Amino acid sequence: MDVDRDVFYDASDASTMMQFYKRLFPYKSIYTWLNHQHAPQKLFTHREFAFNLPGDVIIRYISFNTMEDMKKEVIRMNPTRFEIGPICTIRPKDRKTRPGALKPLQRELVFDIDMTDYDEIRTCCSGKGICRRCWGFIAAAVKVMDNVLRSNFGYKHILWVYSGRRGIHCWISDEEAMGLTDEQRKSVLGWLEVIKGGKDMTKKVNVRFAGGPLHPSLSNAVESLRGTFPKLILDDQKCFDSKEQTDTLLDLLGDKDIALKLRKRWLKRPRSSSEKWSDIKDEVVSQAQELGKKPADAPLYKAVEDIVLQYTYPRMDSEVSKHRNHLLKSPFCVHPGTGRVCVPVDPENVENFDPERVPTVDQLLKELDAVGTKDVAMSEDGTPQHAGSDWEKTSLKPYVDILDAHVRGLMEISRLKRRQNGGDASLEY
Amino acid sequence: MFNATSRPIVETKPTSRYPYRLNFYDKPPLEDITLDEFELFAIDRLRVLSEIESCHIRNRQPEDTKKTIGDQCKKYLPLAPGSGGIDTDEERRKDHIGHFVLRLAFCQSDDLRRRFVKAESELFRYRYGTDITSDREGFLKFQEFGWTMVQVNQFDDRDTLKKELKGLNANATSWFQVKWTQVPNLVERRRVILRDGWAFVPEKEQSSIIFQEFERRLEAALEETARAIQRFDEDTRLMPILKHLGEGFQSGMSVASEYTAAEGGDAVTADMIDDMAAKHWPMCMRTLHDNLRKDHHLKHFGRQQYGLFLKVVGLSIEEAIMFWRKAFRGRIADDKFNKEYKYNIRHSFGLEGKRTNYPAYTCQRIITQNQPGPQDCHGCPYRHYSPDRLQTALLATYGAQGLKLSDLPEIMNAVKHDHFHVACTKVYEVTHGLPSGTGLDGESVTHPNQYAAKSREMEQGKDGGAVKSEDAMDTTS
Ligand code: SF4
Ligand SMILES: [Zn+2]
Repeated sequence: MDVDRDVFYDASDASTMMQFYKRLFPYKSIYTWLNHQHAPQKLFTHREFAFNLPGDVIIRYISFNTMEDMKKEVIRMNPTRFEIGPICTIRPKDRKTRPGALKPLQRELVFDIDMTDYDEIRTCCSGKGICRRCWGFIAAAVKVMDNVLRSNFGYKHILWVYSGRRGIHCWISDEEAMGLTDEQRKSVLGWLEVIKGGKDMTKKVNVRFAGGPLHPSLSNAVESLRGTFPKLILDDQKCFDSKEQTDTLLDLLGDKDIALKLRKRWLKRPRSSSEKWSDIKDEVVSQAQELGKKPADAPLYKAVEDIVLQYTYPRMDSEVSKHRNHLLKSPFCVHPGTGRVCVPVDPENVENFDPERVPTVDQLLKELDAVGTKDVAMSEDGTPQHAGSDWEKTSLKPYVDILDAHVRGLMEISRLKRRQNGGDASLEY
Repeated sequence: MFNATSRPIVETKPTSRYPYRLNFYDKPPLEDITLDEFELFAIDRLRVLSEIESCHIRNRQPEDTKKTIGDQCKKYLPLAPGSGGIDTDEERRKDHIGHFVLRLAFCQSDDLRRRFVKAESELFRYRYGTDITSDREGFLKFQEFGWTMVQVNQFDDRDTLKKELKGLNANATSWFQVKWTQVPNLVERRRVILRDGWAFVPEKEQSSIIFQEFERRLEAALEETARAIQRFDEDTRLMPILKHLGEGFQSGMSVASEYTAAEGGDAVTADMIDDMAAKHWPMCMRTLHDNLRKDHHLKHFGRQQYGLFLKVVGLSIEEAIMFWRKAFRGRIADDKFNKEYKYNIRHSFGLEGKRTNYPAYTCQRIITQNQPGPQDCHGCPYRHYSPDRLQTALLATYGAQGLKLSDLPEIMNAVKHDHFHVACTKVYEVTHGLPSGTGLDGESVTHPNQYAAKSREMEQGKDGGAVKSEDAMDTTS
């Protein structure tokens, strides 16, 4: 087979993206994920989409009547990527004919966790960079969030999607989550958020009422993060090796005498991150003995819990989650900078996910070249005949399978609901 | 102002009376309501809500707010506890109807709805807190909150839920179980245990559930009302009233009733005005007065606004003509004055034309109507000046009466939130040496004449009155 090894399919090149949208984008999976059933309903037709075009142009208030409609438009406009917004009172594209009538009603509850928020603690990369090692923070965050969303809020339809560069998005499609008001979304954030305060704030965890014990849901989080902490923070990232980071750590103990004592000791004899941590744990025990308390009641113990939270608890961009009309990049778009596809991530296996091995558009198109599928035949109306079905022949397949499995759950609920409503589809949502 | 008729709007048989003082306002009033009641009940309620709102704007302490609400309710919206005699029923009926009329007036914009819910919910909290326990319990029994009671000891010791409940509150034995979406505020503050979408709320937080439910239902009801109201804007008798009420709240204040001069006060003469202006006028009237002195003239709306104000202050027709003639001297010749201006002055006193004794303008009217053009100096400076100009003008005007640079942030903050009368009230307090929050006997400014009258009352109370007016007068030159 004649494959040109020197070809590079550049994601910032319009013709590459055109091929991607014609041959690889899994329209059907995205459509059914948003629509919860096969026949189009308001969940899809009244949904706002926004296209990002080259030169930082964003076209908002796009909506589609059908999946075919969406396919046609995406290929025609060939955006660098596109975003998904709320389901509105009217079809967003009709907003000019009905001034003032367009209001967001529903949308998935979404979260955005981005590596940049971890710059002050990660030691392997900074800024735009991300590697397998710093993914450990994301993995820890996903574990905690996924668990809280399921056990506390009872949500079942949770989709995690790699953002294409250095973060992860979460989309929750449970009926209750879809219908939350902005006010209620803010409350979810309040429940979840622990890390607060900017650069100038050393201690970013302040979640205790009057210095008391942690809220039970947070102590559960600490319990599960205790497992991650030594591996990620001490052994791998070695977060407390440098002088600066040591200062931060000692500050966070909140006890000047103990900090001074440890500082002196560590100056005399250099200690690794994990040795420093075990010194601190010894201090907890001796403080408890001195006070005649159980270790868990020693003030230093609380400081240690707070440190575990500060270094491993999810850091999210809360603005994304608070408003129904916030736009978020669609899964399976291509990140223009990295060329990587925004693929779903299985939360059960999130620690094994390697962002550097996510397929790029270049790789996928070459795979197609290799199996000999050429460009797609076009119908007379200018749409490709089988747009978006070639992904099955590429390494994109396992990721589409994750989404499809997720969608089956949503479709099942939707089917049950339709049956309850006597099959009247118009009653839905 | 509106044609009062005793014709009922809704004609149905009177049904349930009001067994409880608290009301979730789930059912619209079904009794006969006259137009008079329709307007009056709403205005009285609006007074209370407006004061609540101005407490919020001014970040007053909960205790002060509570006191203000108590005072206002006593005056305008008394609601006695216990089960009802005739009076109690009448009070509750007024409470019920007033609430529903204001729903109609405030359902139309997101902003009005939000403010209305906030103020109403504060009022509800106040009443809830002051209710007799047995009454409150009786009331609660009637409501459907969708909660179930659970006891800690009904759970198995191995159940992690039990552990968590004890972890949050070791002493609480009874908990309410509700959908978490019903108690978003408690969730946001981590005051509950969450399990599978259910919130477990310690018994002592019961009131929070009730308050959130009150707000949730009211929000939903207002949205529904907004949709329904489009169908009845045919009823021309109601619309002007609703519009009037809406404008009042929009401009951040209750609807002031017309202000009439207190009986039997000392006669006010033209030559007293300079002195009084310096000591007692609110900013709008100070501006008009100072401009009049500077230009020896005022344009039409300015004359109108200031003239009616002076009339209610107590200037007789003779004194008014004297005042204006003197004021225009040098600009307008006497015979031109007699021809063109005198008629208008007499007209505003009800001595010409239709012979209506026109009332002085309320703040609401000054703020919302006849917007001043660039050459005009009528209007309300808090509303119509740019922030920079307002600050400079305030310091220049009231500096001599004790207004300091450090007072400006609070004033400007009220202005920023469109609560012009709150800014004006603050200035009143500062220039009269009153502690913050005192207002004009506990109320906000709603009428320039009320401002002036209270100021004069205060001076007369301080026997002998203020002396420093001599130098304060010089601001005009
Ligand atoms: S608030 Fe009323 S009294 Fe005060 S300046 Fe404005 S219009 Fe005049
Ligand atoms: Zn890294």
